[in-house]
Amino acid sequence: MFLLNGLRTFGEYLILMKRVFGRPDRMRMSLKRYANEIAELGISSIGIVLLISLFIGAVITVQIKLNISNPLLPRWTVGYVTREIMLLEFSSSIMCLILAGKVGSNIASELGTMRVTQQIDALEIMGINSANFLILPKIAAMVTIIPILVTFSIFAGIIGAYCSCWFLHIMTAIDLEYGLQYEFAEWYVWSSFIKSLFFAFIIASVSAYYGYTVKGGSIDVGKASTDSVVSSSVLILFSDLVLTQLLMG
Amino acid sequence: MIEIKHLHKIFDDKAVLSDINTTFESGKTNLIIGQSGSGKTVLMKCIVGLLTPEKGEVLYDNRNLLDMNKHQIKDLRREIGMIFQSSALFDSLDVLQNVMLPLNMFSSKTYIEREKRAKFCLNRVKLSEAKDKFPGEISGGMQKRVAIARAIALNPKYLFCDEPNSGLDPKTSLVIDELIHGITEEYNTTTIINTHDMNSVIDIGDSIIFICKSHIEWSGNKDEVLHSKNKELNNFIFSSDILRKVKDLEFNKE
Ligand SMILES: Nc1ncnc2c1ncn2[C@@H]1O[C@H](COP(=O)(O)OP(=O)(O)OP(=O)(O)O)[C@@H](O)[C@H]1O
Ligand SMILES: [Mg+2]
Repeated sequence: MFLLNGLRTFGEYLILMKRVFGRPDRMRMSLKRYANEIAELGISSIGIVLLISLFIGAVITVQIKLNISNPLLPRWTVGYVTREIMLLEFSSSIMCLILAGKVGSNIASELGTMRVTQQIDALEIMGINSANFLILPKIAAMVTIIPILVTFSIFAGIIGAYCSCWFLHIMTAIDLEYGLQYEFAEWYVWSSFIKSLFFAFIIASVSAYYGYTVKGGSIDVGKASTDSVVSSSVLILFSDLVLTQLLMG
Repeated sequence: MIEIKHLHKIFDDKAVLSDINTTFESGKTNLIIGQSGSGKTVLMKCIVGLLTPEKGEVLYDNRNLLDMNKHQIKDLRREIGMIFQSSALFDSLDVLQNVMLPLNMFSSKTYIEREKRAKFCLNRVKLSEAKDKFPGEISGGMQKRVAIARAIALNPKYLFCDEPNSGLDPKTSLVIDELIHGITEEYNTTTIINTHDMNSVIDIGDSIIFICKSHIEWSGNKDEVLHSKNKELNNFIFSSDILRKVKDLEFNKE
């Protein structure tokens, strides 16, 4: 039963995506929406990304310093571990989990409200492919803006780590810097970007699916919004595992 | 002209519409009346193709909607304007942009011309001064009028109105009825209106069908509707005290 439902949902999702990835009725209008979505979904998320990354960067540094200070380990270990955590997992996966909450619920409730107030029907009646018109700019905007958000997150995390040295004086900034630069592999940054592209697609398309297919009223919009956050989070975690295996293994 | 032939619509084993046959003529306001839940909205959605009927034909000037492919439906829809029961304006766009949206999508005119057309339509519904407001900032009646302006922006051949005056005061209802009636006559559109407002029925009912228990129980026009002997129709129309009294008065006169 559960499996059957899952399969049906997946099938519906694929059918919707087929409608989404068509040629826009009017390129100019879709580009305009795309620019709006970049501002609405992307630029407006920069603040929260910076804030969270800054604090997590600082906290990770403090935690590692407190918990694995051992005379046998070199002093730069803290910087090295902080960098690896930020680069490999936090700035891509965890950040996208946070964005799934913020952006995903935003997309699902916007589209859901448009559905229950018949705005989507109104678009269809005008002869507009509503799925393409509404969803494609969102997916495209998320996928383009996410590498930028990841970059911001990485830098904010590193600044956070420095802050913990400068203001909390738990260690010297020189040790931290040495660790941050120690055996730096450029590929880690790229793999972070690659993963985040997948996650951005998941967030935008899955929450758009839940919003677009709402039936009923405002309660169902709320439910769709919750469902979209849960589903995209689970999918992000799952694909994180698969992608990490593929990219790092 | 739109013809409906043998249309059936079933929801979860329950027939909402069974064997509907009727013709909606151009240049006339065609009314669909019936109790809440009788299937007026479902019928309208079947006609425009938002719902697919189980059986039947929907002929737009002899073109059968149910035989059309995706592209033909899209082309047909450019000839359709629709006003939804809930106005369905786009919250993220201001009034002028709402009216301009269909033009922006499908008209090859320049921006200036499109804006001029949108302003003309807004003027037609007497809303020129509200053009920079957002749908959340205007009253329900104004929203309905914006919806009308948006629906007529592309000069539709077929105009559908799902309860254009539900939730409005009698005077505003009248304004909207007159507006739709005027547009219909001026542009010779085929207009179909769902309503359970008796004032509209008596004002603009060029042709009326009454849906009851999933079929067309009665059809006629505004002059016949008050004098019909049909029991179901009389039950529906004279459910309000005032109208019943008016009827009694008239009979006493005779
Ligand atoms: N999507 C649907 N799924 C199942 N049943 C539906 C659906 N849409 C409508 N119905 C049923 O069809 C019947 C007719 O509904 P409809 O919306 O056409 O009524 P209506 O005549 O427009 O009423 P109102 O005047 O209140 O708008 C109702 O009993 C309703 O429950
Ligand atoms: Mg209705």
